[in-house]
Amino acid sequence: MSIERLESWNRPIGLLAAVPVVVAAFYVLIYVLFPPLFDGFWGATCGTFDTWLVCSGFLQRGFTAGILIGITAPIVGAYLVNRQMALIGEALAHMAFGGVAVGLFVGAAVPSLDYPLLFALVAATLAALCMQYIAIRTDGYADIPIAVMLTGGFALGIAVISYGVTFHATVESYLFGDILFVPFENVQLMVGLTMLVIGTVALTHKQLLFITFDREAARLARINVRFYDTLLIVLTALVVVAAMQILGAILVAGMLVIPVAAAMQFTNSFNRGLVLSVVFGQVAVFGGIFLSYQWDVATGAMIILVAIALYLWSVIV
Amino acid sequence: MSSVAAVENVTFAYDDRPVVEDVSLSIEKGEFLGLIGPNGSGKTTLLKILLGLEQPDSGAVELFGTPASKFTDGTRLGYVSQQSSEADSMMPVTVREVIEMGRYPHAGLRRLNDDDHRVVDDALEQVGIVDLADRRINQVSGGQKQRAYIARALASEADLLALDEPTVGVDADSVDQFYDLLTELNEGGMTIVLIEHDIGVVAEYADTMACLDCELYEHCETDRFLESGALEKAYSSARVLRSADHSSAEYATGD
Repeated sequence: MSIERLESWNRPIGLLAAVPVVVAAFYVLIYVLFPPLFDGFWGATCGTFDTWLVCSGFLQRGFTAGILIGITAPIVGAYLVNRQMALIGEALAHMAFGGVAVGLFVGAAVPSLDYPLLFALVAATLAALCMQYIAIRTDGYADIPIAVMLTGGFALGIAVISYGVTFHATVESYLFGDILFVPFENVQLMVGLTMLVIGTVALTHKQLLFITFDREAARLARINVRFYDTLLIVLTALVVVAAMQILGAILVAGMLVIPVAAAMQFTNSFNRGLVLSVVFGQVAVFGGIFLSYQWDVATGAMIILVAIALYLWSVIV
Repeated sequence: MSSVAAVENVTFAYDDRPVVEDVSLSIEKGEFLGLIGPNGSGKTTLLKILLGLEQPDSGAVELFGTPASKFTDGTRLGYVSQQSSEADSMMPVTVREVIEMGRYPHAGLRRLNDDDHRVVDDALEQVGIVDLADRRINQVSGGQKQRAYIARALASEADLLALDEPTVGVDADSVDQFYDLLTELNEGGMTIVLIEHDIGVVAEYADTMACLDCELYEHCETDRFLESGALEKAYSSARVLRSADHSSAEYATGD
């Protein structure tokens, strides 16, 4: 009995002890290892292909961000889609847009706080927790809080923008996404978010899958369903904020949903479907960036259109 | 005491409509209990209370000698519900992946290891669906699907298997095989609680029977039970006759 009690105490303490180690590892990866890796990789790629597509610093950063989104968005999306929560990403993205607007407003007044993406992160996470709270507290249909947040976030954003003095170009880049508008520190932020998402999903995939497939049985097995629900929705918020820079608040949900929908047509296995949806995500990102460069159209839109083409192909085949 | 699960003076109501009233029931290790009762009699609710999925308004619930609210060893419980939720009718999950879920609570945050996979293989074999392992769960027949859920409970190393009308929509031949499997598991030491509307089937397979219609009418060995007249009492109660008039309303609120 005493040993059992010791073990039950030990686990949270062990987890807490892991936090500084993980933070240190993140710091080393993002600030020490990633920049030379980034330069080395794109230097080599530029040396091999020598087109503006891979040699421009703007596109190198955008490409990297796109690749990271193509990994994380379908991974999180795979659980969401199978819980019929496909549109939650859209709601969180709109709340993140509200956060960006507030961030731009505050940043214009206080230059040291000029980091709108951080505001977006806070807004989306709060919205995620709030939505979880509403889901627990009320018996209403699940799409009601989604509709409230979707419109509410946008309303907040528009209200703040119309009141303050903001450059239209900046607002538009968050609304519609702009691949040429990704500063290097945002790429670093995305590397961090990607590692966080992949690490968390790698650890908790089993619980997330169990709850997604059979909630009742997961509760019976005494898995903490509410904790993992909250975890998933917060992860979604992180992914959405990361993806917003490329795809824009309006198109973010597409990347969470469409590659997963396409992958589900091809496989009977959830695990294989997860891998396949990441593959489709990458195809959409690469194809979208390439075609937008060829035809000179908006990148975020092109990525989503390629993803939809993949989906239609998966339905027909 | 060798009681696997016990409820004492349990009462449960949805809003102000009582569903379970002052029920006491104890399930012993190795018992095969058939729980029957008319539609809307609170069978499913009682089963959920027994498993700790619902909190009773009053009364005590114990699982393996521990109060249900403090019971953490969920791997000892297996639950096969009526043809399951909507999610599994759409979601791409293989039969093997479903059974692996039984190992998840054992594994916690670590990866499944060779031992886990061996247990899963054994469970597949024991319920006789090895050849279906890589099929999508929603593309196998109803009976095969329910076998897969039993295999999941086996993979979880459950000691108590609760089944809620598991054979609704399963064809007759498969139903017989399904109950043979349950008997086999019960002989191997598994405690079983079965909710079933087909009284003939329950009488044939269960060791003990209990009849519920909001309150518990009887709980004893099958032979004695059939002679006790509890069935007639439960099925002719004022409650049943009333609900026959409002059967659609009863359906809407579930039983």
